[in-house]
Amino acid sequence: MSGASFERGYNALKEQIDAPVAAFLSSCVHCGMCAEACLFFTETRDPKYTPIHKVEPLRKIWKQEYTFWGKLGKALGLSKPLTDQDLADWETLVYDSCTLCGRCSMVCPVGNDIAYMIRKTREGMAAAGHAPEGLIGATKRAVTIGSPMGVKLPALQAQIRHTEQEFDVKVPVDVEGADYLCMLSSMEIMNFPEYIGSIARIFKQAGVSWTLSSEAFEATNSGIQIGVSDIAAELVQRIVDAAEKLKVKAVISPECGHAYMAIRWEGPNLVGKKFGFKVVHILEVLDELRAQGKLKLKDRETQKLTYHDPCQIGRRGGVLEQPRNLLNMVAENFVEMPEAGKMNWCCGAGGGVSSNERADELRLKTFARKKAQLDAVNPDALMSACSNCRIHLEEGLEEYHMDIPLLSLTETIAEHLSEK
Amino acid sequence: MTDAEFLLWVRGPAFNTALFIMLAGIVIRFLEILFLGRKTNLAEARGSEVAGGFRTILRRSVPDMDSFHRSGFTIIAGYVFHIGLFVVIFLFVPHILVFERTLGISWGGLPSNIVDATTVVTIVALLAVLVHRIKDPVMRMLSKFSDYLVWLVTILPLITGWMAFNRVGLSGATLIGVHILSVELLMILFPFTKLSHAFTLFLARWYNGAIAGYKGVQS
Repeated sequence: MSGASFERGYNALKEQIDAPVAAFLSSCVHCGMCAEACLFFTETRDPKYTPIHKVEPLRKIWKQEYTFWGKLGKALGLSKPLTDQDLADWETLVYDSCTLCGRCSMVCPVGNDIAYMIRKTREGMAAAGHAPEGLIGATKRAVTIGSPMGVKLPALQAQIRHTEQEFDVKVPVDVEGADYLCMLSSMEIMNFPEYIGSIARIFKQAGVSWTLSSEAFEATNSGIQIGVSDIAAELVQRIVDAAEKLKVKAVISPECGHAYMAIRWEGPNLVGKKFGFKVVHILEVLDELRAQGKLKLKDRETQKLTYHDPCQIGRRGGVLEQPRNLLNMVAENFVEMPEAGKMNWCCGAGGGVSSNERADELRLKTFARKKAQLDAVNPDALMSACSNCRIHLEEGLEEYHMDIPLLSLTETIAEHLSEK
Repeated sequence: MTDAEFLLWVRGPAFNTALFIMLAGIVIRFLEILFLGRKTNLAEARGSEVAGGFRTILRRSVPDMDSFHRSGFTIIAGYVFHIGLFVVIFLFVPHILVFERTLGISWGGLPSNIVDATTVVTIVALLAVLVHRIKDPVMRMLSKFSDYLVWLVTILPLITGWMAFNRVGLSGATLIGVHILSVELLMILFPFTKLSHAFTLFLARWYNGAIAGYKGVQS
């Protein structure tokens, strides 16, 4: 992020334009349907939150640099070139009012993947120095300390000791040759350490060989959220190095949507080579154990439960059936919210929005959409599988005076494990 | 220029020029997009790009229920004028004769009175779409000069065609000439405006579906 300039931003945007972007921008008919798919628009009715409008800087560059008429217009001085002020004006649209949830990409009648383009627009915004302070801070901490929240190894070690005492389980660290390297998010270490205990208990019962790494335990990737691929690649490389050093067969992404996107889908592309190990989400591992009959429960959850699909795990990640299989196993009364699954509404805090204090008011306003979804089924408890969603959902539920406890799917399964 | 000379000109040199610009423009637009290329995805695939791509090309023509509830007018009006345009352009017998002359292939058409009624419905739908574009805050914000220009060049052939068929106002030859000229304007602008979505949409849907399909998601 050092040496940010408009020129760098302009060039970064230019480099981001590929055939899909050109196809998308060529096809937009300005129908406005993407607005109705975006919770930032539906909950504010402010036209500026229309998803395709958020990629305007990218569109301008595409037109001027990659189309016949745009190039001609630019040469003749007929078109208004993109300016640094344009980028400054777009900063809040690109970062504060987009969670990269990709719901707009599902409804566009011509098939535009708008979230794909907003992710790319951020690369130019960050290079030009127009990224939000909160995300810059998180990214700096991720690079220098190893975690966007500034969590260091001693903090993790303390949580491991607590976990081992509380549940009488061993939490393996740096075990070479284990099958799985389990990654965490800082939020799990600091806010939801029960997750570590849950994994340890489930894997102990199922006989899974696993380990944590003292060198790479953070799976989230602020580099992706802010849009600096170099940093994103560096953060992924740390995980790759740890996985290769410990010679694991697979890396497990934690209950965090963007971490899954970062290591499962963007990771190999960021570091520029295929991984020599698999990347799986914890829900995929758990569902496989379920299918193998290795998850033995003593009882089931009796209260009415519903499930919030984290966007990067479900719609953008492809893990949609696994949580449902697991919920039907652990809960007697699992109900779906309207539009659950691939069309689920985002919690409102993904894609770096939760790290960006400037967006706090807006993200809580958009929670009204989640409230409407919840009101339709009126559950006793809400389940999810992303600690970022979880923190924001808890805040939203409090803000809207809704008395619905929030549960992690992994932790709930662990609580219902049979003792033997 | 007499009526006959005008008609000869629009049917001859003007038509050939418009056709050439349209075809060359389509080729240029396709190349502009495809030459940009796309990086190979190094992440391990969970599903098929090809299956996802084809699926989205087909599936995206049918809106999901939530979109239908939220954007009902856009969807219904959009369907009406697109189907209307298809019927009027491709199923009107005199048009089929033009295609036969130009392309050498022919197909069956609909009775003229049905096409005539469809033209009126399509014109009404396009007028409604324009009012919506001006009144809806999102569409108004998104709309640029070219959106209105494109609307105009789309409705003009419908109006002039309807007038020519129903012999409203001018002489028959002049009306036909003006109608053909308005179509030529549409043909020239077709590849270089958002009208190009008629062909780039297949690429856009393909990429969207392929990106999702690779990850094992149906988009």
